[in-house]
Amino acid sequence: MSKLTKLAAGAAVAALFAANTSTAGTLDDVKAAGHVKCGISTGVPGFAFTDDGGAWQGFDPAVCKAVAAAIFGDTSKVKYTTTTGKTRFTALASGEVDMLARNTTWTFSRDTDLKLDFVGVNYYDGQGFMIPSELGVESAKDLDGASVCIQTGTTTELNLADFFRTNGISYEAVPIETNDEARTNYVAGRCDVYTTDASGLAATRSSLEDPAAHVLMPEIISKEPLGPLVRHGDSEWADIVRWTLNAMITAEELGVNSGNVDKMATGTDNPEINRLLGSEGDLGAMIGLDKAWAWRAIKMVGNYGEVFEQYIGADTPIGLDRGLNALWTQGGILYSPPFR
Amino acid sequence: MSTSTSPYAPGEHPDEKPPIGQSGLVNWVYTNLFSSPFNIILTLVTAYFLYKILPPMFNWMFFDAVYVADSREHCRELNSGACWGFIGKRIGQFTYGFYPHELRWRVNLTFLLFIVAVLPVLWDNMPKRRLMLWFSALFPFIGFWLLSGGLGLETVETNKWGGFMLTMVIGVTGIAVSLPLGILLALGRQSDLHIIRWVCTGFIEFIRGVPLITLLFVASTMLNYFLPPGSNFDLLLRVLIMVVLFSAAYLAEVVRGGLQAIPKGQVEAADAMGLKYWQSMRLVVLPQALKISIPGIVNTFIGLFKDSTLVVIIGLLDPLGIGRASLSDTKWQGLSTEVYVFIALFFFICCFGMSRYSIYLEKKLHTGHSEE
Ligand SMILES: N[C@@H](CCC(=O)N[C@@H](CS)C(=O)NCC(=O)O)C(=O)O
Repeated sequence: MSKLTKLAAGAAVAALFAANTSTAGTLDDVKAAGHVKCGISTGVPGFAFTDDGGAWQGFDPAVCKAVAAAIFGDTSKVKYTTTTGKTRFTALASGEVDMLARNTTWTFSRDTDLKLDFVGVNYYDGQGFMIPSELGVESAKDLDGASVCIQTGTTTELNLADFFRTNGISYEAVPIETNDEARTNYVAGRCDVYTTDASGLAATRSSLEDPAAHVLMPEIISKEPLGPLVRHGDSEWADIVRWTLNAMITAEELGVNSGNVDKMATGTDNPEINRLLGSEGDLGAMIGLDKAWAWRAIKMVGNYGEVFEQYIGADTPIGLDRGLNALWTQGGILYSPPFR
Repeated sequence: MSTSTSPYAPGEHPDEKPPIGQSGLVNWVYTNLFSSPFNIILTLVTAYFLYKILPPMFNWMFFDAVYVADSREHCRELNSGACWGFIGKRIGQFTYGFYPHELRWRVNLTFLLFIVAVLPVLWDNMPKRRLMLWFSALFPFIGFWLLSGGLGLETVETNKWGGFMLTMVIGVTGIAVSLPLGILLALGRQSDLHIIRWVCTGFIEFIRGVPLITLLFVASTMLNYFLPPGSNFDLLLRVLIMVVLFSAAYLAEVVRGGLQAIPKGQVEAADAMGLKYWQSMRLVVLPQALKISIPGIVNTFIGLFKDSTLVVIIGLLDPLGIGRASLSDTKWQGLSTEVYVFIALFFFICCFGMSRYSIYLEKKLHTGHSEE
């Protein structure tokens, strides 16, 4: 079945190339529909999950919510579609969703060959390995002959092959569809190793019965800049998603957060804050929105740092450090172009 | 007293009790469990495993379980067994998906009406059955209206449907629509008109040659390329169409098996009586053919019901999808066993119910043509 599924997905992608998919006017469509159609993952702790009330939460849905807040002033105006590693690009290309916010790595071929547009990076990641500590392995290079759980249709799959080949060791891949499935297989011992983005590993590890009994290998074998993306062909729509993300990052840099944004919006002596929040100039009009677009996104969702701490930061069970994802002013590489 | 008289008339003597040692518990245990060395070993091994498995299982499921809790941590503090508090907190999500809270009564009402609508279909001793059948015929429209809204009710888009409700919608629609379609296809495949036969055969073979998941992919993504841009063709509707076509093709083959088992003489006799094609099918052939196809038909239904979980792959949130998203909540993560046991229970009840009903139907329709 898996082969045929691949065939079907492949056929769908092929049809995409045949069809002319330059859909202009996504913003108009979104406004007419009254919601943003957002593709997210099927569930990764901290990154995408439903709360007890049945609403989507997490680091990724936060981007969708920010866009909805910027356009509609209402974070609930998002229509979520769950996608697996394999279905996500077809869902976006076919118009099933308007944007993807689903820990997806920005790569050359996805950006060009698949005709998608990455609008930025909201998490700088890299691929790691998790193994039970009782195996006593200390380096990924000692994993010769191990069976490895790996999600199909991901960059992870390709990196892994590269890594094992360059190190001249062999492995047995256990292909799986979703993060939850990987967790189940790993716990049941059907694979010795689980490999995916280090953030995902940390999230999965936190969900294990005894997290301390599992270790992450020191090797990070790839660059995985994860970010939201849209279809080729509608730069105006891409701008909205890109600058909403940038607004959240810039807000953190400028010290604007959901708590003080109302006060700051009345005017400050920092012109960039004023431009961001709309009390000076009219940046919103340039992307087809009103002056208060960024103010709403920050007010309703928070700045980048707030979102990070709320869902995946050091105080959550996921417990990720900011690391590379700290602002460039604080030793990280998170850097938004200026609002001018 | 004459010894030749007996209190019983000839042939009326009641059965004597079997000799001791041929009946009773001891005998049953002996013949069924310990009749040969091989049986003895099997019995002992099984008993050992049951002893090892059952007590911990019951402890986990019931005695050590936590029924009300706020998080997994909370559960673990309270007791060591299953954390049913998780399911309890999210039972609404598992049942209705993302259906708005204040409108969930509509789903409940639909379910109630559904029960009222299927009863006369399934049970022919129902009082006022004719009248009730009219209601059954109307139910699909009422149900659709209640669930999706419009005409004075607030609309609820199908992407908000999920959980068991979604499974029921897919399962029930699939079953109800694919049966008549399957019968037509089966008749078409045996038709004397070449075109009809070719079309039906081609359709059946095509659908049977493709896995359901592929059809679902086609429904979810491919169709978007073929439809005019901007047209908004509901995803659930597309999925329902695919599910119906899929199970209709399988049903057609099951029914064809039944049709072929009916001796040619039956059709010829019907012809001789002057019955038209449809009359002879409706009155003579189909009642017999369907009767012998019941196990196969129900089998297909059960398969269809369970296959509905595949929709999770194209982003519809059936109970498995809801479970997956719920398990990613850091408050609850790690409780997958509870989720899967719970969902398995739902499917078991539904599928077991169907298979019991089919046995009841077979018994009822058993008119003694074949040996038991
Ligand atoms: N970043 C890689 C891998 C992304 C990926 O699949 N990550 C997993 C685990 S962190 C995931 O998102 N799973 C979500 C799901 O199973 O729905 C890519 O873009 O190919």
